[in-house]
Amino acid sequence: MENIQQQFVEMFGTEWGVMLFSLASNMTFIFAIVIPLLLGVAYLTFAERKIIAYMQIRVGPNRVTFFGIPWLRGWGQPIADAVKAMMKEIIVPTGANKLLFILAPVLTIMPALAAWAVIPFSPELVLADINAGLLYILAMTSMGIYGIIIAGWASNSKYAFLGAMRSAAQVVSYELAMGFALVCVLMMSRSLNLGDIVNGQQGNSLLNWYLIPLFPMFLVYLISGVAETNRAPFDVAEGESEIVAGFHVDYSGMAFTVFFLAEYSNMILVATLTSIMFLGGWLPPVDMEPFTWIPGFIWLLLKIAFILFSSFGFVQPSHTIAMIRS
Amino acid sequence: MNFQDILFYIFSAILIVSALGVITVRNPVYSALLLVLAFVTCAGLWLMLEAEFLAIALVLVYVGAVMVLFLFVVMMLDINLDRLREGFWKWFPFGAVIALIMVAEVSMVLMGKYFGLEEMPAPRPQDADYSNTRELGRLIYTEYVYAFELAAVLLLVAMVTAIALTLRHREDKRSPSPSKQVKVRKEDRIRVVAMPSEKKE
Repeated sequence: MENIQQQFVEMFGTEWGVMLFSLASNMTFIFAIVIPLLLGVAYLTFAERKIIAYMQIRVGPNRVTFFGIPWLRGWGQPIADAVKAMMKEIIVPTGANKLLFILAPVLTIMPALAAWAVIPFSPELVLADINAGLLYILAMTSMGIYGIIIAGWASNSKYAFLGAMRSAAQVVSYELAMGFALVCVLMMSRSLNLGDIVNGQQGNSLLNWYLIPLFPMFLVYLISGVAETNRAPFDVAEGESEIVAGFHVDYSGMAFTVFFLAEYSNMILVATLTSIMFLGGWLPPVDMEPFTWIPGFIWLLLKIAFILFSSFGFVQPSHTIAMIRS
Repeated sequence: MNFQDILFYIFSAILIVSALGVITVRNPVYSALLLVLAFVTCAGLWLMLEAEFLAIALVLVYVGAVMVLFLFVVMMLDINLDRLREGFWKWFPFGAVIALIMVAEVSMVLMGKYFGLEEMPAPRPQDADYSNTRELGRLIYTEYVYAFELAAVLLLVAMVTAIALTLRHREDKRSPSPSKQVKVRKEDRIRVVAMPSEKKE
């Protein structure tokens, strides 16, 4: 790192060299976060389809594979889906407001990705270690509504507009509950910095995590997180039976996929925030030999996967069952 | 010109253009969205002034909550543009006076040397670990605690008033009462009638 910075300084002079170096290194970090995140989204859809399939005694996607390797069957499915979405035509309805129609997916994915800037993956691994990290995340996630409202309005369709109103109302109202649950966390940690929040949970074991003293807040946060992302028990915004699919009915191809990516990356974001604020982030569950061998990053990934599975994965099919029975 | 100056000029150019757009654009949805853009770029400028708490609070409160409600209303309104333009000349003198006052105020800030503003020293840049969230919190809860609590009570009163004004109880509302539903027994509702089955002819 030092050598590269030196080279930049030699090439562009002291001030500009330092600025351009920080720009280049930040861009590298951003790509290092966004590309695994998008891959994670792709494979989250695959995992979701597979897990729900097994819960409903089906097989799920099991055809597309890489280079014809038989034991990778199904693993190529997300890639194939992505390629298919990119090949498809983006249809802009005649009555739509073209500028806003194209702008809406961009406005949805931007805050969903920008919020990841302050997430600490391990004690040293964080893009922007800012003091007001938690506030920044709240601000970014609250901007996600614009994409939804604009999409609904710009499509110039009643179904899309109704869907947008429903999801916007839902997101705005659950954001309050979410924010106040986080206020409790920052009162315990006495800091808005996400790294400090994790460090405040350090101790001998998982008994020091904020999960135990703030268990009701944990539930509130998780439930409103599921509601924010318009997932299963809170999917009135989607309303398959009455308003088709909500605000993105009129979107096709990559424009739709961008909404999809934003929704799933928001899901991963909520799971990540839950594991950082309540489940000790990168800290191992017990501060002892075999557990500390595993790097903190892996612990964080395991916690994210656990939250995703238990609150976003399980709820989905059980809801389907409830709908069938009712 | 260093990097920060360039950023400043980019942000202020976007801010001025979008603020002009808010009042000149015909479509009210566009003008609401341009106002959002103005808020976000303004937050960027505040960040450059090391006021990160205020910048983020601006985005959180105005962009994330207030403007969403504006957009809600604007999108559902059916606005007739000709009706809006009717009173333009009637209100023009009033608006012109306000504009003049604002120009005077801004020029007092910008032309500080005529008003002795240069005697105020420029604030020293703070260290990296300086958290102005903490400083703000300390000020609010020590020096300005009464003013702060008064403001909080005012907001509470406003909230109660808003709810009281809009809350209407419907007389014809029908809703199931779960406690009554649970108490229902089979004997109250169902009468099992024993009937002989009909014989085939």
